[in-house]
Amino acid sequence: MKKIKRTFVLLLLLAAVLVVIDIPENWTITVPFGSSKQTITLGPPSINTTIFGMKIQKKFSTHLGLDLAGGTQVSLEADMTGIAEADKQDSLESAKQVIERRVNFFGVSEPVVQSAVSGTTYRILVELPGVTNTEEALALVGQTANLEFREVIEDASTASISAYLLPPLETTKSVDISGKDLKKSTIQFNTQTGEPEVGIQFTPEGTKKFADVTKRLVGKRLAIFLDEIPIMAPTVSTEIADGQGVISGGFTVDGAKQLSIQLNAGALPVPVKVVEKRTIGATLGAESVVKSTRAGAIGLGLVALFMIVQYGWLGVLADLALIMYGLITFALYRLIPVTLTLPGIAGFILSIGMAVDSNILIFSRYKEELRKGKPWAIAMELGFGKAWESIRDANFTTIITSIILFNPGNWSFLPTSGLVRGFAATLFIGVVTSLFTGIVVTRTFIRVLYKGPKETKGEQS
Amino acid sequence: MIRFSKYIWIYVCISALVLIPGLYSLVRFGLRPSVDFTGGTLLEMKFSKSVPTETIQSIAKDQQFPVISVQTIGGSSYGIRASVASDEEITKFQAAIAGKTGETPELLKKDTVGPILGSELLFKSVVASLLAITAILLYVAYAFKNIKFGVSAILALIHDVLVVFGSFSLFGHFFGVEVDTLFMTAFLTTMSFSVHDTIVIFDRIREYRKKDPRGNIRDLSDIALNETMGRSLINSFTIIFMLLALVLMGGESVKWFAVALLIGTVTGTYSSPFVATPLVILWDYLEQKKRK
Repeated sequence: MKKIKRTFVLLLLLAAVLVVIDIPENWTITVPFGSSKQTITLGPPSINTTIFGMKIQKKFSTHLGLDLAGGTQVSLEADMTGIAEADKQDSLESAKQVIERRVNFFGVSEPVVQSAVSGTTYRILVELPGVTNTEEALALVGQTANLEFREVIEDASTASISAYLLPPLETTKSVDISGKDLKKSTIQFNTQTGEPEVGIQFTPEGTKKFADVTKRLVGKRLAIFLDEIPIMAPTVSTEIADGQGVISGGFTVDGAKQLSIQLNAGALPVPVKVVEKRTIGATLGAESVVKSTRAGAIGLGLVALFMIVQYGWLGVLADLALIMYGLITFALYRLIPVTLTLPGIAGFILSIGMAVDSNILIFSRYKEELRKGKPWAIAMELGFGKAWESIRDANFTTIITSIILFNPGNWSFLPTSGLVRGFAATLFIGVVTSLFTGIVVTRTFIRVLYKGPKETKGEQS
Repeated sequence: MIRFSKYIWIYVCISALVLIPGLYSLVRFGLRPSVDFTGGTLLEMKFSKSVPTETIQSIAKDQQFPVISVQTIGGSSYGIRASVASDEEITKFQAAIAGKTGETPELLKKDTVGPILGSELLFKSVVASLLAITAILLYVAYAFKNIKFGVSAILALIHDVLVVFGSFSLFGHFFGVEVDTLFMTAFLTTMSFSVHDTIVIFDRIREYRKKDPRGNIRDLSDIALNETMGRSLINSFTIIFMLLALVLMGGESVKWFAVALLIGTVTGTYSSPFVATPLVILWDYLEQKKRK
């Protein structure tokens, strides 16, 4: 009994923690304070600490999908004709990074840019929350990257300071070398120092141009611009006549990789074509949130009432477990985080209906055992034991289906749509959580709080 | 105790009543695929007051906007389906509507799906369905290690698939409801439900068989049905409550998704005691007859 009590207390503590995580964002309450009124703004906490040298940063907020927050989703297909098989992956990665850069530069909050390769198709999926002007969005993502080498015009007075700063476009002038003259960029390691550096290979024509420019600019700086934004301004140390340049000096592996990807964006430019474009206005999204939340609340109320009417006090305990279930799932959405979409909310609402199923199974087993004349405490334990197999079997297929729909391996032969995945994610979390609340939570609540049906009161040991 | 097995003919009638119109409609009219599958442009426009769909149609014609259909979707919002249209075309079309009706409609939604993506989605949906059904099949085979139960569960599943597709074919024909990605999702989810309930009932029958190996399947399943019926109904009620709330109040965007889930749940619940179980009984009966 002691152990059960401990579990019960632990569950209550868990509930308290969950309530804190689940607090609505920017929730303002006005409390009368003496003669004045005090306004308190509450919100979910955020963690920002360092434990054992690991930086932990987490904000518990709800992530709304595009269909709820409003925004634009664009699927781009990369045209890979003219790019060598071995370079395709690299060039897609570069194109993706270029889009990411532009989107971030534009100030879109929480954009998603993903590359997706399936067979011979190379795609980039872009989600831009809040952007409902598709022309604007397409200007951001639809253009091919433009890489350019430019000579830095330095006058004596600023040379020493500006050596460490990236020069703005205005202080440079064209040397007529663009991404087209580049063949490829790779990350490599210095044979002597072992430091990471970035190698650049030029095309035959580029080699000639680059040799001329480097010869002229020895000791001076040559800036590299991507989409007219400077990314690097290395100083030329010697003339490079063989078209095999090396940019070195103080790179981390990540830094070198980043630069190489950016250079490749210019070297291996991939034209992209829009294959899908979905825009949802913010009003529709907001309306959907309100309506579906209300529908969920009313449904939940009906289910709770129904359980009480059916099972009386046991129903109340099942409802408590259901509240626990709601708290856990919502906290999980924030912790993982799960991007909530409209079908996702539907999945959540659906899973509430299913969550009580395990309790119903257990209670009906319990009633059966009771009818056979067993004392209620034993009947209840038997009910839990016997129902478990059915509960497991019954939920197994739903779990399998939700995994297939979620497509965790990101396989190209399965749905990759965000809407479908949103639904699958909430359904999966819902079913798994309901196994926990239906068995552990209800059982503990019953063991601690339930004193048996009225007529058999006092029979318990 | 209710002798459920006595009324098999009633169940056959009910299933036939639901299946035949749906199947007829499926063969005759088919399903209405959405732009998700066919590719094209879908616009949702909201006006402050209702505008005749013909007006929108004629404006589209004047502007040579490649419109295919215009539908009312609740109140004064309209769904306009067209072949792939560019942003300029859409802006022009919107401006023309403003000129004619004196009101710039609010663009609630603007989807453009390339034709490649449409056929790809169809392929993906089919693969996902096959994979899910295979997984369910394997699980049923593993859980029952008995072909009689396994095949009956699968036949009940097919019954449910046909009910869901049949009703959406009818909805498509009469209300212009389209089959989209979400429909496929709803369909797959309810398929797992269908087996869910069947497993609970079959579990019971199996349990009694262990106790009484020579018991008549018909009697055993009657006992099992009597014992599980309450639970089955209560559980379905809770799910149906939630879904009904969503259908009635969840707004237009999820309405038909919720309807698909609802129909799937209802037929999934129905088919377990009234399709899967009678099939097992019939199979057993035929087997016994052969043996004699």
